[in-house]
Amino acid sequence: MIEIKNLKKSFGETEVLKGVSTVFEQGKTNLIIGQSGSGKTVFLKCILGLHQASEGEISYNQNPLSQMTEKERSLLRQDMGMVFQGSALFDSMTVEENVMFPMKMFTEAAADEIRERANIAIKRVNLIDANAKLPSEISGGMQKRVAIARAIVMNPNYLFCDEPNSGLDPKTAILIDNLIQEITQEYQITTVINSHDMNSVMEIGEKIIFLKDGEKKWEGSNKEIFKTDNDAVTNFVYSSELFKKVRKVYMEESE
Amino acid sequence: MIKLLEHIGRYFIMLQKTFGKFTKSSVLRKLVVREIDDLIIGSLGIVAFISFFVGGVVAIQTAINSDNPLLPKYLVGYATRQSIILEFAPTFISIIMAGKVGSFITSSIGTMRVTEQIDALEVMGVNTYNYLIFPKIAAMTLYPFIIVISMFLGIFGGYVACITGGFSAHADFVEGLQLDFNAFHVTYAFIKTFLFAMLLATIPSYHGYFMKGGALGVGKASTTSFVWTSVAIILMNSFVTNFLLT
Repeated sequence: MIEIKNLKKSFGETEVLKGVSTVFEQGKTNLIIGQSGSGKTVFLKCILGLHQASEGEISYNQNPLSQMTEKERSLLRQDMGMVFQGSALFDSMTVEENVMFPMKMFTEAAADEIRERANIAIKRVNLIDANAKLPSEISGGMQKRVAIARAIVMNPNYLFCDEPNSGLDPKTAILIDNLIQEITQEYQITTVINSHDMNSVMEIGEKIIFLKDGEKKWEGSNKEIFKTDNDAVTNFVYSSELFKKVRKVYMEESE
Repeated sequence: MIKLLEHIGRYFIMLQKTFGKFTKSSVLRKLVVREIDDLIIGSLGIVAFISFFVGGVVAIQTAINSDNPLLPKYLVGYATRQSIILEFAPTFISIIMAGKVGSFITSSIGTMRVTEQIDALEVMGVNTYNYLIFPKIAAMTLYPFIIVISMFLGIFGGYVACITGGFSAHADFVEGLQLDFNAFHVTYAFIKTFLFAMLLATIPSYHGYFMKGGALGVGKASTTSFVWTSVAIILMNSFVTNFLLT
């Protein structure tokens, strides 16, 4: 579980996050949504510790990040997996080497064991015959799957994904969404996804927080988002005719 | 001015963090070997080519500008040796390496920054300064070997140019090479070579690590890195020469 209390972050005079509080629960896919420039990425980077929060508190299983020693933070980071928007695979390494990397860095396991565990993770994300390929030789969807495999190879308790569907075709995007949700439930990890893909919101958003101008404007589940009358959320989520119709159908069916 | 001081401060903090938490030795060893291949072995060809031909040009220029019969015939060999050992090999080659090795370092680290690979390493808990910069510093400790090769080929190029062009006789050139040899000049050349190597490894790393923007930013950072590395080498050269030779 990750608990965030009154998180504020400023860059110089610009206040990007204006006191965001929420709780991300274990075993759930938690989504952060909002328009570009709403502070989603900064929020995620603060949670990860890549940005130092200006004010507020972030706690991992009741342990405040600000009170952790450097060693404790380092251990916590090994308990985190992250899927970046552009996958962030190491381009000089093959797919297998990318997945093996965290284990090589942080465990004393033998080479055979590392390779075996990496291959389990690669198999888990349904990648076949890609081990020896470089990231530049595989598709965007496959790169995302390698990034997920690398993120879960250390069996983390926390999984963070920044726009995991960006640049993917709708079918691959659904595959990635389902994969993340399955992994979250299977390993009972706390997953936080930064997204503006409305399909993800509807499909896997067990908990959604909506950010606008650095403030949390709404919080709920994918079921509740259909029923909300919060203008900020409805203007954002139901901005397209398609989603307006989806909402209408859902409301009619639920009545 | 404040911005410059900010850069200098951040550069030294980067150096401190580079020698902070060390990467696992088995991983670091492989990284150092890869950097030796990229930065040292990969530079041998261009250094050999430039040294041989510039050495030849230095000798020819000296010969055609010192045709006064009052000047001794060994002067060409002597001047070639002195120019190559004292300045051409350590300083001129280092400026070239600021372009070759420096822009490679800046663009490779800068690309990692743009593609969030550095963020990925940080999320995993890797000391990115040590992981990315230390292997480059370690590899560049072998840089004096490049300069040895440059010195040898520069003088050899001068010899070949003089003999084949008829500017000097073998005996005169060799006499000039051996005349008044001061071993401290070689020590001085290696002291500054070592200092230049540290600048060549760290200044481009700084510009790559702290670059901002996308692909255009990488190009801009590489250019800035070349300019500042060259400036630092020239200033260091002036300081070391004043300190050691005057």
